[in-house]
Amino acid sequence: MIELHPGTRVIDLLNRRALYCGCALTLAFLIAPLVAIMPLSFNSGSFLTYPLAGLSLRWYSNLVTGGDWLSAVGNSLWVATAVAVLATPLGTLAALGLARLPRPVKPLVMTVLLAPMFVPVIIVAVATYLVYAPLGLADTYSGLILAHTTLAAPFAVVLINAALQGVDPSVLRAAASLGAPPPTVMLRVLLPLIAPGVVAAAVVSFATSFDEIVVALFLAGTEHKTLPMKMFEGARDEISPAITAASTVLVMTSLLFLGVVEAVRRRRENNITIRSGGK
Amino acid sequence: MSRNTLTAGLLLGPLVLLLLGNFLAPIALLLTHAVEDREVAAAWPRTAAALREWDGRTLPSEAIAADFARELADSLQAGTFAAAVNRLNYDSAGWRTLLARTATALPLPQGATLQALGRIDPRWTQRESWLALKAAAGPYTASYLLSAVDLRRSSGGGLERVAPNQAVFVNAFGRTFGISMVVTLGCVLLGYPVAYVLAGLPSRVANILLIFVVLPMWTSVLVRTTAWMVLLQSHGVINDLLIRLGVVSHPVELIYNRTGVYIAMIHVLLPYTVLPLYGLMRGLAPVSVQAALSLGATPLRTFWEIYLPQTLPGITAGALIVFILSLGYYITPALIGGPADQMVSSFIAFYTNQSLDWGRAAALSLALLLATGVCVALYGRIAGARETVLR
Repeated sequence: MIELHPGTRVIDLLNRRALYCGCALTLAFLIAPLVAIMPLSFNSGSFLTYPLAGLSLRWYSNLVTGGDWLSAVGNSLWVATAVAVLATPLGTLAALGLARLPRPVKPLVMTVLLAPMFVPVIIVAVATYLVYAPLGLADTYSGLILAHTTLAAPFAVVLINAALQGVDPSVLRAAASLGAPPPTVMLRVLLPLIAPGVVAAAVVSFATSFDEIVVALFLAGTEHKTLPMKMFEGARDEISPAITAASTVLVMTSLLFLGVVEAVRRRRENNITIRSGGK
Repeated sequence: MSRNTLTAGLLLGPLVLLLLGNFLAPIALLLTHAVEDREVAAAWPRTAAALREWDGRTLPSEAIAADFARELADSLQAGTFAAAVNRLNYDSAGWRTLLARTATALPLPQGATLQALGRIDPRWTQRESWLALKAAAGPYTASYLLSAVDLRRSSGGGLERVAPNQAVFVNAFGRTFGISMVVTLGCVLLGYPVAYVLAGLPSRVANILLIFVVLPMWTSVLVRTTAWMVLLQSHGVINDLLIRLGVVSHPVELIYNRTGVYIAMIHVLLPYTVLPLYGLMRGLAPVSVQAALSLGATPLRTFWEIYLPQTLPGITAGALIVFILSLGYYITPALIGGPADQMVSSFIAFYTNQSLDWGRAAALSLALLLATGVCVALYGRIAGARETVLR
C-alpha cells in the first residue's frame, strides 16, 4: 500500500510544484551563506565578490601568521574544553537527580535548570560582569569558563534527560535484584546505556562555549580573546577575506561536530533496534 | 523525605548551587541596581540624610548648606565625588559644571551659608536644585524604572514624560517587539512549508535534507552573521549578481538597515521553527486528513480545518521560541543593523560599557526580563498542555 502522508492530496491543490520550489528556495537560503563564503576564502585578490581573481591560500596563511588568530583559536579551544569537562558531569548528575524527583516538583526544578537558555544573554553577561569584576574574576580564564559552564549545563541536562527516557527501567531493576549496589548499577549499567547522550552533551557544551560571544565580550580581556571575539572585531571594523577563511574553518568544524553527534545517534538507534529484537 | 528524594537532592545539588550562585544571584543583584540610589548618599551622607527629612517647601536650612559644603570638600578627598556627580548628571546635564564650580570655590571664606553658595552659582538659591539633590538622596529610587518607560517625576511630584530627545526607551521596546514579530512571522511562514514537505518525504531523503537545516544551527552565529555581511555589502555578492542580471542598476542598500537585520535574524532562527514542526508533522497519523477528504471535504478546507489545527501546537511552540530568542538579540543587529535598528539589548550593553549607568542598564534588564518571562510562561503552558493531551 502506498504510504499516504496526511497532506498528500492537500498538496495537490496547493500546487505541489510551487510548494516544492518554495521549500527548495528556503533550504537554499539556509545553506547558501555558508557555502557562498567558502570559495571567497581562496580568493587571491582582496575583494569579497565573484568572480575570483585567482586561487590562493594567502588568507589561510594570514590566519596562521598574521594577527592573533591562532592565539584566539587556542583560547577558545581551552575554554570550551574546560566547559565541556565541567558541564557534562554537572548536567549528567542533575538529569539523574531530576529523574528521581517526585512529579509535582519536577517542572519547577526543570524551569530553574533551563532558565539560562531563555534569559537574554546580554542580561547574563552584564550581571556576571557586575559580580565577577569586584571578585577579580573578570579578565580571567576561570571567570570565562565558569560563566560559560552556566550557559552550557542546561543543554547537557536536556540531552542526558532525553537519553534517560530511552532507558528501560527493568534493566536497572534486574541489576539491582542481582545484588549490584546502587553506585554499581549507575556506573556499570546506566552510564553505558546513556553514553551516547553523554557524548552529545559534551559536544554541545563544547560548542556552546566555542560559539559564545556576548558574555566573552564582557568578561574576557585582550589576553583571553576568543575566536568569536576576534571575528566580532574583524566584522565590526572592516571585513577582510581572512574572516571568510576563519568562517570556512568553523563551518567545517561544525560539520565535524554534527557528524559526531549524528553518528552517535545512529549507533544508539541501531543498538536499540538490536536490543528490541530487530523490529 | 524519602531516600529517593534525598538522592535526587544530592545529585541536583552541584548544578543547582552553581546556578544559584553564578546565575540567579548575579541577576538578582543586577536588578537591585534598578531601584538603588546610593552614590549621592555615599558621597554626602549627612546632607543626604538631612535632605530626606527636608519638606522641600522652602529653601533648606543653613545647617544643611553648611553640611553640604563641608561634605563636598571631603568627598573630593575621599574620591566619592565623581560617582555622585555622574549620578546627578544622568538626571540633568547641568550638574557637572555646577558641582565642579562649587568644589573649586571651597572652602568659603565667610562660612558656608546658602547665600555664600549662591554667590558661587545662583542655582544654589533655587529650591529646584535642592529638590533634585533630594530626589537623588536615596537609598531607593523609582527614577530608573520610570526612565525605562520614558517617564520621570515632575517637580510637583507627579509623573511626566521626559523630554522628547531623551524619550528613546519606549521606542526601543517597540522596535524590539516589532523586529521580533516580523522575524517570528518570517520564520513560521518559511518554516511551515519546509517542515511540511520534509515530513512528507521518505525519511532517508528527509534526513539528508535536514542537514540543510541543522548545519546552520551548528554553525557559530558569528560565522552566519559575517557571511551575510559579506553577501549583502553594497559591493557584495548579492548586489553584484543583481546588477549583472540587470535587476537593478545601482547597488541596493541591504545592510546597516532593517532589511539586513530581518534577513540575518530569520536565517539564524529559522531552524527553531522547522525542527519542532517537522517532529510534530512526522508523528501525525494521516487518519483524520484521509477521513475528511473521503467524506468530500475540499483539500483546502481539509487543510484549514484538520491539518492546520493539528499542527498548531508546533506553530505556537516554534513561534514562541523564536520570539523569546529574538527579544534578547544583540550581536546580529549590532553588526548588520544601523543605529535605528538597535534592540533593547544593545541599550543595556551601552549603559554598561559606555556610560557605566548601572541603574538604567538594570531597569532595562528588568523590563526585558519581564517580557521574556511572560513568553516563557506562555510556552510552558502550551508545552505542558500538549504533554497532558498526549498522555
